[in-house]
Amino acid sequence: MTYVFPPIFRGTATAIAVSLCAYAPFANAGGVSAGTLIENTASASYDNGSETITVPSNTVSVKVDELLDVTLTSLDPGPISTAPGSEVLTFEVTNTGNGPEAFTLTANPAVAGNDFDTTVDGVAIDTNGNGTYDPGVDEILTGPETTPELGVDEAVTVFVLVTVPNTVTDGDTSDVDLLAEAVTGTGAPGTVFARQGTDNSDAIVGSTGADANAIGSLIIGLTEVDLTKSASVLDPFGGTGIVPGATITYTIVAQVSGTGSVADLVVTDAAPADTTYVAGTLTLDGSSLTDAADADEGEADATGISVDLGTVAGGTSHSITFDVTID
Amino acid sequence: MDIFSKILSPVLALAFISAPLAAQDSAIDLKGDVMLEQKVVDDEGAETVKLVEPNTIVPGDRLVFGTDYANSGTEAVENFVVTNPLPAAVRLATDAPADLQVSVDGGSNWGTLSELSVNDDDGASRPAAHEDVTHVRWTLARVEVGESGRLEYPAVIR
Repeated sequence: MTYVFPPIFRGTATAIAVSLCAYAPFANAGGVSAGTLIENTASASYDNGSETITVPSNTVSVKVDELLDVTLTSLDPGPISTAPGSEVLTFEVTNTGNGPEAFTLTANPAVAGNDFDTTVDGVAIDTNGNGTYDPGVDEILTGPETTPELGVDEAVTVFVLVTVPNTVTDGDTSDVDLLAEAVTGTGAPGTVFARQGTDNSDAIVGSTGADANAIGSLIIGLTEVDLTKSASVLDPFGGTGIVPGATITYTIVAQVSGTGSVADLVVTDAAPADTTYVAGTLTLDGSSLTDAADADEGEADATGISVDLGTVAGGTSHSITFDVTID
Repeated sequence: MDIFSKILSPVLALAFISAPLAAQDSAIDLKGDVMLEQKVVDDEGAETVKLVEPNTIVPGDRLVFGTDYANSGTEAVENFVVTNPLPAAVRLATDAPADLQVSVDGGSNWGTLSELSVNDDDGASRPAAHEDVTHVRWTLARVEVGESGRLEYPAVIR
């Protein structure tokens, strides 16, 4: 949210333009910037019988103190489907106070209700600002994990790096609770940290308590691939004899089970010794595939076949058939 | 009805700024101060507001800016007008007296808030709001010798 000062001075005297500039420091959600001086001076004019006299009052001046406020949100669109190994949870920390402030980050992987707990390997800052964790590029914070000083309304993306244990089973869920706390201090709204704010002002805890937390969720999606191969034989005489010239039709069923998906699933099979692949007989789920290495999923030559199924979701199966002749 | 908030009392002990007055030889003394409104909840849960020194102030806090005036000269003065530009960091509080004379254009035009309008970004005119106020002022026809009073307005830190 941005405060927009109404352009009430437009088109009036030039002296007023100066006033407009004076409003610029306040265009932020946290209100007037910490350290801003509020100065008030009245003046009086009056007639003393012979002339009009103008006198100013003294100027009273007070300094705006620093409000400590923060918000934290998970940037993951929902529970992340994962498997044993490394995983990344993404959060955004926003300084909603009115002065520059850094925030300490604490990731708690042991949240009530978890089916399993992850191990937190570290917290990283999105150094290159691309929203994606880049190992070796994005800075992993050292303890106490603390964001850089964030300006008023400034947000930074942070990554919590976790390891999912090997003991999980399909469908297990786990939450990681990330906590951000103002470095100056936290507490009940209204708590004052004397002279610890911007420009030696006081720091005062705002409505957020100067801390915020957010949950990142994981769900285990384990998948298994079962391949089942079967064969049928047709000999030149209409029977099922395994004799030279007989045709063997192989059927391979790739069954993917579980709640996740598998990527880059490629099924290959070699024509058995003393057999030759019959050109143009490769099919996937009942549809013919060309033998050439081209846009369709399959390719084949005299020695065997290969079908690239790509990413296959759990709970689906694909059937591949091809023919060979016995030499 | 008075068009100003006027308290006939000696200079309040609360005034915490003691800078020398700018016009020592003037018949009129003006003395400004600012106080912070603080809500206090007693044991019974009743809420009262008291004015305290503004030691710690943050956006959203309510301030009361006051000006004490006194005619310390030997003659009454007439057409006594006290003008107070609002500091940019505050807006006039919405419970300011409805008949307070204000300006929303830097002091060129004056009236009660309900009489004034401002132009939006697109040039359309709309009724002026409290956050549009740039100046407040009070007018007294006459201040007798020895007379003193207090003028104040409430404001909220933007």
